[in-house]
Amino acid sequence: MIHFIIRRILIAIPTLLAISFIIFAILDFAPNDPTGNLPMTVPPEVREKIRQSLGLDQPMHIRFGMWLHQFFVNEPLNALDKVFGIKIGDAEDRTRVISWATRSPVVDLIIERTPQTLWVVGLSYLFGILIAIPIGIISAYKQYSMFDQIGTFVAMVGFSVPTFFTGMVAIIIFSVQLEWFPMIYDTTLVVDSWNHFVKQVKQMIMPVTVLALYNASQLSRFMRASILDNLNLDYVRTARAKGRSENVVLLIHVLRNSLIPVVTLIALGIPTIFSGAIITEQIFRVNGLGQLLVIAIEGADIPLVQTLTFIFAVLIVAFNLVADVVYGILDPRIRYD
Amino acid sequence: MVFQSKNIDHSKQFRYNLIRGELMRSYLSLLIAGLLTLGVSASIHAKPQGQLNLLYWQGPSTMNPNLSGGTKELEASSVVLEPLARYDEKGNMIPWLVDEIPTVDNGGVSKDLTSITWKIKKGIKFSDGSELTAEDAIFTYEYCTNPDTGCTQTNYYSDIQSVKALDRYTIQVNFSVAKPFPYQAFVGYNSPILQKAQFKDCAGARAQECNEENFYPIGTGPFVVKDFKANDVIVFEANPNYRDSSKPAFQTLVFKGGGDAVSAARAVLETGEMDYAWNLQVEPEILANMEKAGKGKIVSSFGTAVERLMVNFTNPDPALGENRSEFIGGNNNRNPHPFLADYAVRRALSLAIDRQVLVDAGYGQAGQISCNVLPAPAIYASSANDECKTPNVAEANRILDEAGWKKGSDGVRQKDGVRISILYQTSTNSVRQGTQAFIKEMWRQIGVETELRNISASVFFGGDVGSPDTYQKFYADIEMYTNTFSGTDPETYMSNWTCKEMAQKRNKWGGNNMPRWCSAEYDALSAEMAKTANLEDRIRLAKQMNDMLMQDYAMIPLIHRGDVSAHSSSISGVRMNSWDSELWNIADWKRN
Repeated sequence: MIHFIIRRILIAIPTLLAISFIIFAILDFAPNDPTGNLPMTVPPEVREKIRQSLGLDQPMHIRFGMWLHQFFVNEPLNALDKVFGIKIGDAEDRTRVISWATRSPVVDLIIERTPQTLWVVGLSYLFGILIAIPIGIISAYKQYSMFDQIGTFVAMVGFSVPTFFTGMVAIIIFSVQLEWFPMIYDTTLVVDSWNHFVKQVKQMIMPVTVLALYNASQLSRFMRASILDNLNLDYVRTARAKGRSENVVLLIHVLRNSLIPVVTLIALGIPTIFSGAIITEQIFRVNGLGQLLVIAIEGADIPLVQTLTFIFAVLIVAFNLVADVVYGILDPRIRYD
Repeated sequence: MVFQSKNIDHSKQFRYNLIRGELMRSYLSLLIAGLLTLGVSASIHAKPQGQLNLLYWQGPSTMNPNLSGGTKELEASSVVLEPLARYDEKGNMIPWLVDEIPTVDNGGVSKDLTSITWKIKKGIKFSDGSELTAEDAIFTYEYCTNPDTGCTQTNYYSDIQSVKALDRYTIQVNFSVAKPFPYQAFVGYNSPILQKAQFKDCAGARAQECNEENFYPIGTGPFVVKDFKANDVIVFEANPNYRDSSKPAFQTLVFKGGGDAVSAARAVLETGEMDYAWNLQVEPEILANMEKAGKGKIVSSFGTAVERLMVNFTNPDPALGENRSEFIGGNNNRNPHPFLADYAVRRALSLAIDRQVLVDAGYGQAGQISCNVLPAPAIYASSANDECKTPNVAEANRILDEAGWKKGSDGVRQKDGVRISILYQTSTNSVRQGTQAFIKEMWRQIGVETELRNISASVFFGGDVGSPDTYQKFYADIEMYTNTFSGTDPETYMSNWTCKEMAQKRNKWGGNNMPRWCSAEYDALSAEMAKTANLEDRIRLAKQMNDMLMQDYAMIPLIHRGDVSAHSSSISGVRMNSWDSELWNIADWKRN
């Protein structure tokens, strides 16, 4: 297992380098211009000077090399400095990856926004899983029952109605009509008292529910299908013939086997937590990573887009590995060595 | 590698945060001490209290207006950084950090119009307690004009030869040419004063790295930045050193960004969660419905933006190849448009349009009908062209009949084999397409056939010389868009329609004269304006030029477009402004 993991990590390095180059090249070829959003009254010469001050007059391979150095050498060193309060080498002169729109280090922007995304999107993912697995199990075990029919209907609605619609409906019902929850996520709120905690919970309810509904409907369909596949297999009949109770058959024999594809799906979905829920974050004004990415793309803030997309790529590669490892744990027949 | 112990080295940011934290704490203790000792006077001077919530659906990415030309950044920074003079809601220039506006009459502007002298009001302090001096203004000029800074506001400092301090509080700006309108540098929210002490190490290439300075600038305004989250939210606190100790009325100001215009309007008008929402580009019907909830008011104001039809005076026929939409010949157009060159046709097209319908359908409170391309400031608005306010289809038909354009069997007017069939282009935008459809129908009633075309805004306004679809190339008969100018002086704007400004192949379509309309008389007026300083004369010239353009129908103005915002009914003092920041007088805002 250890050998397998090490081998996979070593393979991942050239893969990620290639990915980072491809992202960089695509962004470079895109007809984006960081001065494109300036008003018509700003003359072309001024725009040219702004582009120069951002380093855009350098050839592409040099800019890519600089980004690699800044991201893989300077940023980790800087992080070490901060964490341990030490000074490695020439800390003052180390250039960091700087966002064009805010002129501040990209990594700081990402760190500032990660907690909100993890809380809102992460919680909705967790709730989604907690809702989906029992619903999937019951729906499959009692196929075509009333519960299954209703579950299928709700899942279809949750799956096919986009979050920008459910989010809007939730705002109109719970914020405008009933006035239960705020429609604007207060990102300056610091949870330091019971009142603030209640406020925080209140403002998280709508975005988390909207996203959890969406996640749960996808997963519950997978769970149901997977259990149905297993219920008719020989080992289930054997277990029943041995006289095992239905609970044991379903929750130990069938569930463990059915979870394999679902766990893969869950593991592969974790990187999407970090990439945020772009639309939901925008609707509820949660200052998460998804919103950051959208703003960066709109403003042609290439260093920020590049860094964010690359981090997502790293997470996807990493969680693919995690999924493979979990496979081995769930199914002892799978051996990697 | 060199390892050092923690107490010797702090990272720059850490150090800054520490200092800022201490500063904030000392502000607070100062405030509390002030409250305790003043006691009696506290009841006279209302102390700042409570919180004001602003909602801008685009979040500011920096607090330094020199590194961003976006309105959202300019608006946010305007509560901290202030210029020497700014514009009120009527477009009048008012002294802000100075005692009076320098003019030729009071000796502030030299007779030859090459220098202007500003005198800073006594006792203006930055929020850190230090005094505002001429050095800060000189530094701001040097900062922005340093080519490595990448300053977006350099055109506010154009033609400046030098900026000098005559004494500690007197700033002299010297120009390399005569400037009849010298009020650009340090006027309005585009060019506020930075504090030299804070930014002295941030000019030039280092501007990119000074993120603490760019996020937490020290200014003279009513608020101080307390917490900046890029593209999301800014928290401000009342400036304890503000020149008027009874202002601002709020202890904290929250500037939230992100989302979209409709939900921003909802947060103020329907749920009342926010106190102010900016730039509500929302269908008038939806907005009016939201206002019925009674929690807030919609406010609008008008700047100089006019949605207009550009009339092509040259022939855009594709068969002409290289000479499409080219002006050939000196003062006589030898490539005239087959039917738009006829004055009668242009006049009839304008007369047939019912502008009120366009306003009601697409703009609501954000628009009013306009018969001028120079509708504002009010002193420049001409009333000579008001004929266009009332549509007159019968008259338009009569004019065309008289000019010999007869209706054919298909209902389209023609003369000598030329049919009045118009290709009408604009950018892709639902309001614009609505306007196009209305105008097509209005023109049908006078026997004019119209083909509509819309082009993605990034291509239409993109200015790519290789693309045939840009508004500069104008390969169509009529095109529609909005044009405007910054500030309140129309000189540069009005010079857009001189002959040398014609967008042509030879200048790579870099000119501003899209109609390719050329008049020696107009050029003479423009040249005269460039050397006239007296305001009355400038007004007369600008009106005259506007009337020439309007009465020859070089452009057909449609709608004077405004800005729309909303504020909660509990807030008073909002004076909506299109000439400067909407938050220009935020120090006077109060909660009822």
